[in-house]
Amino acid sequence: MNPSEAPSTVPPPRKARRIPGWAIGALGVAGAVVLLSTTSYLTGVPQLTSTGTIQTAVRLALPILLAALGGLWAERAGVVNIGLEGMMIMGTWGAAWAGYQWGPWAALVSAAVFGALGGLLHAIATVTFGVNHIVSGVAINLLGAGLTKYLSTLIFFPLSSNPRESPSVPKFDTYSASGLSDWLGSLEAQQRVGLSDVAGILRGLVTGVSPLTMLAIVLVVGSYLVLWRTRFGLRLRSCGENPVAAESLGVNVYRYKYAAVIASGALAGIGGAALVLNPGQPGYLEGQTNGRGFIGLAAMIFGNWRPGGLLGGAALFGYADGLQLRSGGKTFLALVYGAVLLLVVIVIWQLVRRRWFAAAFGILAAGLLYAVYYSVDEVPSELTTYAPHLVTLIVLAVASQRLRMPAADGVVYRRG
Amino acid sequence: MGMLRGKLLPPVLAILFSALLCGIALVVSGANPLRAFGVMLSQIGQGTTAVDIVNSTGTYYIAALAVAIGFQMNLFNIGVEGQYRVAAVVAAVVGGSIVLPPGLHALVIILTAAVAGALWAAVPAILKVTRGVNEVISTIMMNGLALGLAAYLIGSDVFGELRGNNIRTPEIPHSGWVPGISFGSSGTVFGLVFLAALLGIGYWVMMNRTRFGFELRASGESSTAAAAGGVNAKKMVLIAMLLSGGIAGLVSMPEILGRDHTYNLNFPAGIGFSGIAIALLGRNHPGGIAFAALLWAFLDKSGLALDNVQVPREIVTIMQGAIVLSVVVAYEVVRRFELAAQQRQVGRQLGTVDAA
Repeated sequence: MNPSEAPSTVPPPRKARRIPGWAIGALGVAGAVVLLSTTSYLTGVPQLTSTGTIQTAVRLALPILLAALGGLWAERAGVVNIGLEGMMIMGTWGAAWAGYQWGPWAALVSAAVFGALGGLLHAIATVTFGVNHIVSGVAINLLGAGLTKYLSTLIFFPLSSNPRESPSVPKFDTYSASGLSDWLGSLEAQQRVGLSDVAGILRGLVTGVSPLTMLAIVLVVGSYLVLWRTRFGLRLRSCGENPVAAESLGVNVYRYKYAAVIASGALAGIGGAALVLNPGQPGYLEGQTNGRGFIGLAAMIFGNWRPGGLLGGAALFGYADGLQLRSGGKTFLALVYGAVLLLVVIVIWQLVRRRWFAAAFGILAAGLLYAVYYSVDEVPSELTTYAPHLVTLIVLAVASQRLRMPAADGVVYRRG
Repeated sequence: MGMLRGKLLPPVLAILFSALLCGIALVVSGANPLRAFGVMLSQIGQGTTAVDIVNSTGTYYIAALAVAIGFQMNLFNIGVEGQYRVAAVVAAVVGGSIVLPPGLHALVIILTAAVAGALWAAVPAILKVTRGVNEVISTIMMNGLALGLAAYLIGSDVFGELRGNNIRTPEIPHSGWVPGISFGSSGTVFGLVFLAALLGIGYWVMMNRTRFGFELRASGESSTAAAAGGVNAKKMVLIAMLLSGGIAGLVSMPEILGRDHTYNLNFPAGIGFSGIAIALLGRNHPGGIAFAALLWAFLDKSGLALDNVQVPREIVTIMQGAIVLSVVVAYEVVRRFELAAQQRQVGRQLGTVDAA
């Protein structure tokens, strides 16, 4: 055989990224703001960008963001963590238990510890014993729910005389950039196109900020720096891409996986604390997480296993949630209109790139959504709650070829 | 002997270990574990508990079968939870709005449920074969959507009607009911519990006596070998998922056609996830699943008696979770142990061959 005909085993050179990641992020944020203010202008629904909506959105995005971050840590080390939900539930209980006695900071620490315990269990099962990751995750969800119910009947019941609820937990004080906030408020009140929308969004972000929000942002940035800019992170990620190669280079794969999954549990636990310490909630409530661990997982997938991406995913899901909670199904319909606008932009882009099939598909989808917008008065609240699930399914269906999860994600690795 | 040891020892160990763990938890929280277990055992004879356990076993058995079909080929249908819920709503709505002679009516409802469950499972199946979407993620998302769809469909301006402070679908007329076997004051065994048994037999025949079952197991043992043997992987995924969804659709049929005759807000949640645990404990074997379903139902129903001795009954849920986790660990440990033993044996034999 002619050697030149042998199939090449050398991967094609990667195209250099022309635009750096932060610029894509900034473009995305700018695009989202433009889209929202245009929608708000065209539909005449100012609540889309009002301070209150954004504040609620931030509060609701926090647990999702933290769970997603937990998922990122585990999956980057190659361990699929379906147990996020269970670890989050344990976090809510831990937060309430320490919180009502010693205040919000203790709640945070305790939630992280309880979540980390769940993570430790997951690590023991998946890493040491090589149990299938999904199976272990499902078991941890069952166990987390059972354990918290048992403990709250045992400990909270005598205090709150309700086995499903903890005594109320003190919350964090919130901080506002007072001068800036007032100025933005007056700008928002003027109802100028575009400007007021930006002001409303910014004001929502700088008014009544809880230390928890700041902590979450620090954790996102910190996770990025640790995972992508340190030796430890490189090794951790190598365990998720090719554990055999990592081991051959002297990386203790088991230890890194343990560290990652325990960190994952701790982050999910803090996510649970974010629910308990939400000013709108008295404290621990049974069924409080309501599948948010799974939505966190969805946000992570939406964000393509990257910290910036999952921040976007959590923001989107939190925003949809906040809009629904704050101003109901009528306003949510404006978001459908926004989706139509977004699709129109995408269709034009596809036409420019001469991708006729994708464009035709986009036109069809946009037409369908517009028909929904035109014919319905408001989106039933039962359905809006599950918008994140639908969005994730659509993203998976449309972009699954472009998403890239760690190569050895979910693969049981055994040393030897 | 060795085979039996490998198959039976892990679940027994896991159950004992979990019981021990829960016993310790009870002691720590100041209760007497022996008394608690005693109360649970004696509860079987009380009131309708025995019949409740049988009914519940049937429901769990169907759910676990649905999961097991996927497990046979390493397909994780986490979506049984959503599939049975959607199927229940659709079947209840259809059953409540059509008029048919007795017998045929029930049959139509059951078929509707199976088709609805299969269609709900078709979405992740199609996404998997056409777009390569991982079924675990898509079925989790479908579970969420199922909750939303069910809540929407029983809304009072769609199909639901308000009764007291409960919302429910229109009641299925008498012709659609499936009679049970009454034990007087001890309750009534749902007629469709026998459907569960029938499904179990069908499952065994399919797995062990049909080409499809063989191909399914072959795909699970080694997908590459199966593909080399001419098994169409995509077709297998599609059929296995639809079958799994169809069976999942039947999960709530015994209850709806035997007792409730409607879908309402008190619809039980979490049976799909229990089904996963039960299928794991029973190792996808129809007999093993039956035993595991019985254990699950016993823990559920007898656990209610724990409140009488001031023990939170949620200890039972902890025990169930502990059983799942410890049983999979036990299987893995035994598998490794046997693998090592096998390697030693082969090594010894080769060694003797060399020496001779």
